[in-house]
Amino acid sequence: MLAVNFLILAAVLFSIGVFGVIARRNAVMVLMSVELVLNSVMLNLVAFSQITDSIDGQLFALFVIAIAAAEVGVGLAMVLMVYRNRRSIALDELSEMKG
Amino acid sequence: MPPFVGPEVAWFALSPLLVLSGGGLLLLVVGALTGRWPRGLYAAVTATVAGTAAVLAAIQWSRIADDGPSTLVAGALSYDAFAQFLTITILISVILVVLLTDEDLHESDADGPEVYGLYLMAATGGIIMAAANDLIVLFLGLEALSLALYVLAASARQRSDSQESGLKYFVLGGFSSAFFLYGIALIYGGTGSTNIGRIVASLQSSVTTGGDNALVLAGIALLLVGLGFKVAAVPFHVWTPDVYQGAPTPVTAFMASVGKAAAFAAIVRVLVVALPFYREDWRPAIWLLAVLSLVVGSALAVVQTNVKRMLAYSSISHAGFLLVAIEAAGHRAGEADPGSGVVALVIYLLAYSVLVIGTFAVVTVVGRNASGDVTLDAFKGLSTRRPALALALTVFLFAQAGVPFTSGFVAKFGVIQAAVEERSYAIAIIAMVAAVIAAFLYLRIMVSVWLSGESSDVDGEPDQTLRIPIGAGLAIAAAAAFTLVVGVMPGWLISTAEAVTTYAR
Amino acid sequence: MAELVWLIPAFPLFGFLVLLVFGRRMGEPGAGYFAAGMVFASFAVSVGAFFDLVGRDEAERSEVVTLFSWLPVGSLQVDMAFLADPLSIGMSLFVTGIAGLIHLFAVGYMHGDPKFSKFFLYLNLFVASMAVLVLGENLLVTFLGWEGVGVCSYFLISFWHRRDSAATAGKKAFVTNRVGDWGVMTAMFLAFGAVGSLSYSAINSAAESGSLAQSTATGIALLLFVGAVGKSAQLPLYFWLPDAMEGPTPVSALIHAATMVTAGVFLMVRVNPVLAVSAEYVPTIIAWVGVATALFAATIAVAQNDIKKVLAYSTVSQLGFMFLAIGSGAYVAAIFHMMTHAAFKALLFLGSGSVIHGMHEEQDMRKMGALRIAMPITAGTFIIGWLAIAGVPPFAGFWSKDEILLFALASSPALYVVGLVTALLTAYYMTRQVIMVFLGTARWESHAEEHGAHGEFKPHESSPIMLLPLIVLAGLSAVMGIIQLPSFSWIPKDLQYRLEHWLHPIVAFGEASISDTSAYANKGWFALLAVGIALAGIGLAHLVYSKRSLPVIEPQIMADGWRYDATISDFMGGPGRRSFEGMVALDEKVVDGAVNGSATLVRSLSGQLRRGQTGFVRNYAAVIGIGVVVMLLWFVVGRGVL
Repeated sequence: MLAVNFLILAAVLFSIGVFGVIARRNAVMVLMSVELVLNSVMLNLVAFSQITDSIDGQLFALFVIAIAAAEVGVGLAMVLMVYRNRRSIALDELSEMKG
Repeated sequence: MPPFVGPEVAWFALSPLLVLSGGGLLLLVVGALTGRWPRGLYAAVTATVAGTAAVLAAIQWSRIADDGPSTLVAGALSYDAFAQFLTITILISVILVVLLTDEDLHESDADGPEVYGLYLMAATGGIIMAAANDLIVLFLGLEALSLALYVLAASARQRSDSQESGLKYFVLGGFSSAFFLYGIALIYGGTGSTNIGRIVASLQSSVTTGGDNALVLAGIALLLVGLGFKVAAVPFHVWTPDVYQGAPTPVTAFMASVGKAAAFAAIVRVLVVALPFYREDWRPAIWLLAVLSLVVGSALAVVQTNVKRMLAYSSISHAGFLLVAIEAAGHRAGEADPGSGVVALVIYLLAYSVLVIGTFAVVTVVGRNASGDVTLDAFKGLSTRRPALALALTVFLFAQAGVPFTSGFVAKFGVIQAAVEERSYAIAIIAMVAAVIAAFLYLRIMVSVWLSGESSDVDGEPDQTLRIPIGAGLAIAAAAAFTLVVGVMPGWLISTAEAVTTYAR
Repeated sequence: MAELVWLIPAFPLFGFLVLLVFGRRMGEPGAGYFAAGMVFASFAVSVGAFFDLVGRDEAERSEVVTLFSWLPVGSLQVDMAFLADPLSIGMSLFVTGIAGLIHLFAVGYMHGDPKFSKFFLYLNLFVASMAVLVLGENLLVTFLGWEGVGVCSYFLISFWHRRDSAATAGKKAFVTNRVGDWGVMTAMFLAFGAVGSLSYSAINSAAESGSLAQSTATGIALLLFVGAVGKSAQLPLYFWLPDAMEGPTPVSALIHAATMVTAGVFLMVRVNPVLAVSAEYVPTIIAWVGVATALFAATIAVAQNDIKKVLAYSTVSQLGFMFLAIGSGAYVAAIFHMMTHAAFKALLFLGSGSVIHGMHEEQDMRKMGALRIAMPITAGTFIIGWLAIAGVPPFAGFWSKDEILLFALASSPALYVVGLVTALLTAYYMTRQVIMVFLGTARWESHAEEHGAHGEFKPHESSPIMLLPLIVLAGLSAVMGIIQLPSFSWIPKDLQYRLEHWLHPIVAFGEASISDTSAYANKGWFALLAVGIALAGIGLAHLVYSKRSLPVIEPQIMADGWRYDATISDFMGGPGRRSFEGMVALDEKVVDGAVNGSATLVRSLSGQLRRGQTGFVRNYAAVIGIGVVVMLLWFVVGRGVL
């Protein structure tokens, strides 16, 4: 069935996103990876909406788009703040606190 | 195409939420348009808003007691005692934290409406999580809470550890939210709905026809990841020490109280209310998370020297205790007699929220005096410099350790009793061992407070440089009084809390 | 009067609160007298309650005073309630009485200490907690007091925190006690799970009526025993007690000799019906742990030089005797010995405090000697305490020890033999102490040189306020035996077994339970044997120490650092000495090592875990990722779906 292919695509996108968060050092790349994950879930929601023949999933997807936008807003603001302070957006440099 | 019919909205039933979110938005807008308000006014307004909402929630409580639970806004929100109890818990926390924040912001010359507005928005999100009867709504509440918390953690903009804390929290929080969202999507795929009432109905029919639902199972796993992250359960706890340490201390108190209460409320909604048919599946997972949290939290706390970091690990251990309550609730979730797991949980949450704010309030006062230093050294000789403060801190630490005649004892006792009632002896014993280990950590702080550094000035006058601001003093006194009153006379609280197990869905 | 028992903890608690607020203002000696007054008020209430109970019929000698409902959790109702019955009132009589005397002593002893009022604050809180412990109507109230005394003990050990060793010792006490607390907590929940209540009456009547399964009773008994082992310093958790002597001497006397450490014994007696229905091996374990501790600690005491350390190990040893009594079913004898021990050990500790005070904080017995001339009253009272602990009739210790040994013999000859050897050692090391401290010749000239800058050094007798408690306690140590005299034909009938009759409602069986054994039939001979053993120990020590220390003019011995070690080796021979030293070494190396080792283990484990907390966001994300995989594996693969 066609919808199942969407689920597989979503799973692949999700995995790529997760890999990006774990492997990338650049804060902006990490943000983008998080976005990728959210988008893959959206794809999932729409696909399930199709499969279960209910409108909830599509509705939910709209909410997620709004949330993702808010998240990017907050995230970029924070990256900017860190950049102003340290002139760098490498996440690995943010390791003053540990142990 | 049928015409769009909007859902019926019971405005008064929603009034606590409306007052909070309205108050928060108004504060932000008016605050931005006007000049700087006189000192303390932001805090006073915020506390008033939260107080009003709490009174309204109490009115809702009595209405629910009379009319029974129901759902609101076309089944999106539950209108039940559990939601109102958590609403009041969260609002009490907000008021206490606000009292604490005023001085902290004033000191760093950052007085303004933003932090207070974010507190109110975060609290709104937390209350929505506690009242959610739909996974979409739950997710919206979670994001409202989380986004506000990310910004709050970074709100001391000039301090690099606050920035680090905020960005770390944001990246990991976004990461875990994504898993949570994926989990919701899978459950939606498995049941065809995001509404908790309909999920239960769907699972009921599928469970009776037999067969497990792989989508739902994988969904539960991912939901647990997201919620485990929010409550700081091991192994999803990694962010906690760094974020707690770096964030401004009042914000840390806010995270530890409101954040934890809301996340545990969400766990109850998702696992106990929505998924009782899978209780045999999720209970062992909760068991594992609880044991890991208890052990790792207690063991790592003992070796810390920074008090905020210490308290972060201790909050992980507390999360373990709260998970023990969930595990106990899992034995009879969905049955007519649900056992005392959830009752123990809500009492623990209220008691813990108050006393953790009290603890962090003392840390704030001490840390300010030592120009931000909150290592154990900063607490040395507190008993001679400020005996009252030292006494209050002792009460809070005793309560965290679960010493009798404090609210912490009542809370821990209730949880273990609930576990024993369900014959979960192993986890009860592990919890007690963890409590024994954790006691050592609180002792270390107390040793610094009472025994060290006295030799220098044995009968010295109270240290004038260690000033206790009115707001913080008020918060500390109120929290200490609550801790002791509940410790000595817990009966009224326990009998009140027993109403929370009738959920609306 | 019995309905007023709540006043017994209330008075010292009130004292604590007043001292907390006004302590510094009251200053010295006001705060001390006030604290002592509060404790004596409790004592007066105890006396009143005692006579109230005496006036009643035996069946009605039990009164529950409920203050309020404490924890109504689900099906569990726990009241904040006190129980006034012969056991609890008897305990509170001697706890408050001895505590009052020690408070008085401390007024003199703590003279000039900058934290004078704080000391009495802790002391009053301790008495309040101890009263709650003994008067509790249910396990939870007792546990409240149990925790309270532990905390006070911790703070009082570390009272002179400037000494590093004091802080370490406090820590050690805290950690061991937590192990014991865990046992009590677990036992509590087990009892609740089985009986549905925490009150002693419910638990004990469940045990008596047979509705408590043997396996459950065994579990409760063993877990409570774990708690008792921690609190009462038995093997293998004894090592905190000798270190606890870092605290001020009145604390050692009150907490670490007379009252708190006996809490474990009290608890075992309180739940004796549960012990009775538990498995056969439980009493055996208790008896052997007790007697092994008694012997072990006695051998260590033989080789100590610190005046307080000798008494500390002797306390551990005597507590072992009490557990031997419990294991042999001699509950009355356990309580009896607890009371006599409280009197004479408090006396000995206070006496040693008086000596330390008079010697300007010197605790090394090698630098003492001949103090009987400088401190005649201290010496006289100390000697009465010595005769009592050594088991010389008619002093108190003889009667209680003899009864325990009788029960031990009835239960197993092996226990009896080990007990006898311990009794011999007890007499031996106590005699050694008396000789080294009070007899012989003065050896404090060398000490005086150390103090040379301050002029002439001379030990002095303590102030009257310190001597008064010593005299009262000496009187008690001499005559306390009359509360439980055995059934010898020459003792009037109505003087026999008075304590046993008094405790009868709580401890259903007494000496009658062994009356058909041959040990009981020949008890006169065994009593004579015990006296002989005590005298042998004293004589032996006299030979070793007095004979050796007589030729004081010989400078060679002085130069060799008062060769008392060599003296022992002359007497015991090489192997004997090595075994004693080995015991000390075992104590210091292996046991301390084990404690430190487990702490190190936790630390290194935490270190490993900490290394995971790298501070790098990406690593954190990876940890979460691993968690996700684990969760998915459990839910999807583990549940057999895929």
